[in-house]
Amino acid sequence: MSLNSAWFVLLAFTLAVYAILDGFDLGLGAIHLRLGRTRQERERLIDTIGPVWNGNEVWLLAAGGSMVVAFPNLYAASFSGFYLALMLVLWLLLLRGLGIEFRHQIHHPMWEDAWDVVFALSSALLALLFGVALANVLRGVPLDDTGVFRGTFTVLLNPFSLLGGVLSVSTLALHGACWAALRTDGDLQLRARRFASMLWTPSALLLLAVIAASFVVRPGFAGNFTRHPILFAFPLAAAAALASNRVSIARHQDRRAFIASSAYIAGVLGSVAAGLYPTLLPASGSGTPLDIYNAAAPPQSLRIAMVVYLAGLAIVSVYLVAVYRVWKGKAGAVYR
Amino acid sequence: MPDAVIAARWQFAFTIMFHYLFPILTMGLGVLIAVFKTIELRTGNPQHGIAARFWARIFAITFAAGVVTGIPMEFQFGTNWARFSRYAGPVVGQTLFMEGVFAFFAESSLLGVFLFGEGRIGRRAHWLAAVGVALGAVLSGYFIVATNAWMQHPVAYRAAGDHVELTSLWGLLTNPYLRWQYPHVISGSMVTASMVVAGIGAFYLLARRHEETARVFVRVGVVSAALFSLLSLFPTGAFHGENITRFQPAKMAAMEGVFRTREGAPLAIIGMPDTERQELMDPIYVPGILSYLAYGNFSARVTGLNDIPKDLHPPIEIVYYAYHIMVGLGTIFIAVTAAAAFFLWRGTLFDRRGMLWILMLTMPFPYVANEAGWVVAEVGRQPWTVYGLLRVADSSSTNVTAGMTYFTLFGFMGLYLVLGILYLLLFARIVDEGPREQP
Repeated sequence: MSLNSAWFVLLAFTLAVYAILDGFDLGLGAIHLRLGRTRQERERLIDTIGPVWNGNEVWLLAAGGSMVVAFPNLYAASFSGFYLALMLVLWLLLLRGLGIEFRHQIHHPMWEDAWDVVFALSSALLALLFGVALANVLRGVPLDDTGVFRGTFTVLLNPFSLLGGVLSVSTLALHGACWAALRTDGDLQLRARRFASMLWTPSALLLLAVIAASFVVRPGFAGNFTRHPILFAFPLAAAAALASNRVSIARHQDRRAFIASSAYIAGVLGSVAAGLYPTLLPASGSGTPLDIYNAAAPPQSLRIAMVVYLAGLAIVSVYLVAVYRVWKGKAGAVYR
Repeated sequence: MPDAVIAARWQFAFTIMFHYLFPILTMGLGVLIAVFKTIELRTGNPQHGIAARFWARIFAITFAAGVVTGIPMEFQFGTNWARFSRYAGPVVGQTLFMEGVFAFFAESSLLGVFLFGEGRIGRRAHWLAAVGVALGAVLSGYFIVATNAWMQHPVAYRAAGDHVELTSLWGLLTNPYLRWQYPHVISGSMVTASMVVAGIGAFYLLARRHEETARVFVRVGVVSAALFSLLSLFPTGAFHGENITRFQPAKMAAMEGVFRTREGAPLAIIGMPDTERQELMDPIYVPGILSYLAYGNFSARVTGLNDIPKDLHPPIEIVYYAYHIMVGLGTIFIAVTAAAAFFLWRGTLFDRRGMLWILMLTMPFPYVANEAGWVVAEVGRQPWTVYGLLRVADSSSTNVTAGMTYFTLFGFMGLYLVLGILYLLLFARIVDEGPREQP
């Protein structure tokens, strides 16, 4: 495998880890106002992500960092091109972080309710925007012949990308409900399981709709799959994980259900990456798409960064395991 | 310079100066918390454990504010400075990326363990988490300052058409410019954190609240502040100054208000630069000192602005005044902390209410000094983004208009105003509530 391809895999991997990890706390945020009936219940839900959300979000920064170092042209083109959309994402990330960290600082109903709403709305909107972004990457965006984005914010809000956004919200909400079922007990746990089984069907139907629509907006998408049938492993794994998720929720196997929803997210993102390769950002018009060659940094930069990344990944895995081990089991009150 | 570039500069200056208010404190505070935990572990003195717990709460809200205001920085390289990212990404991406995977991951994962883990994990493991958080914070600063140092003094690169290529990671990480810039930045952060710790301790003593813990704050804070105030001047400040003279003569000339090249240059203690007449108005000079500071020789030749092309002059007044504010405040910190340390040594500090008042009121000024220092570093680099290689005017995105940037600048201002008020409110609440005996 060439260095450029290896970086494509690493970028996809980093984004998938981000989607799985920050995905459950975003999803939890999106549903926590409904899931938690009382202020105390909502507090317990936030307690389940309190010690880990920050570490989860670092994966987004790591993905950004790996874009700067490995695909500087992709980074420059997409970040300047999606200017307003990204600023919106930034402000939402800002508000959401404040919602989690500042909520428990003052014990007053108004204060807590206000931050709960901020946390819920910003989480849901972020889930939506991430889905919109991914769908736009699938569909292609207006690029000129130097790979610079020439479009406006509203171009990004097309029916296909909005459908992708809704799929993202429902998928992450399902993922978040599975997390809540795993980390809580009593009434809250029962309600989380009920939420998960309620969200399952719409998520599955939305996925089918997005797959069908993909063939319309991007007819060549299946090309990689027909050329290399081994790639069908990704969509098949996603389908199997989704099915296993359903069964596990019904059987009250919370851990298995959460692992399945994680695997499902990985499978879907893996399928998207497999379909796109070697393109990073397709052009919707006649412009030049950005791919792993014309967007990449020079070879020795890729090589050095690869060593750094693999070393970093090894260390990060140790932290991750250690941190999640400290917090395993049902959530206690962490903020007090 | 086109409007869009000006707008992007305003946005960057505003967001980064606001962001830096938080890491200034956390880098130093992480170390002090680790110090408290270490003393607790070695002596079994519970007051140090209480102190660590108290400052961990301040650390948590400061870190959260630092993280949320830090994310826009990484984004802005791409959104507003796309041409810079394309040009320099293969080099500066390395250090930014290393910050993420080596430092920031450690800091944010271990912070959760440290904040919520006391009682859940062993004493030794909790100490280790504190040390990990401190190392993560300080290491984070290293990679960020390394990125900045490369923009100040590019090394270990090869120009290749429309971008640069990295030739040696080791060279990038051991940039000679970084060697004194980084210790100087960390020293400034230690002064800030130490003076905040001592200042809050002084407040408690004056208010006669939590006096036992407050004495621990003041003792550790004053000793550390005195030590690092001195280190900020010498060797870190002095040798960093030598590096600036060597690598960025225009910045040094603007800092010191040297309009004409001369041998045996005097140091201007006060004076107002007049850029029209190209001279310093009403100066008070100490002969020969500037040559000595810059070259270690009283009669050395110091380059003046007259020997530097006009279009390579940084904005002289801003750099000059920012530098003098930093140095003036630094001198005050040395005097204040030396006096406090003397009284501490004599055992009379806790009864000297005047000195405690001074310690409390000095608290905000290290922030001003640190920010002023960065203004010198960044405005002094103008008109370059990457010194000698890429001008600011050629660094901005071509597809982002001034209007878009101003729109988002106002968005940031509104959000940061709310964030700033909330932060101060929570800080005050934690101080008002006071240290807790139990985890």
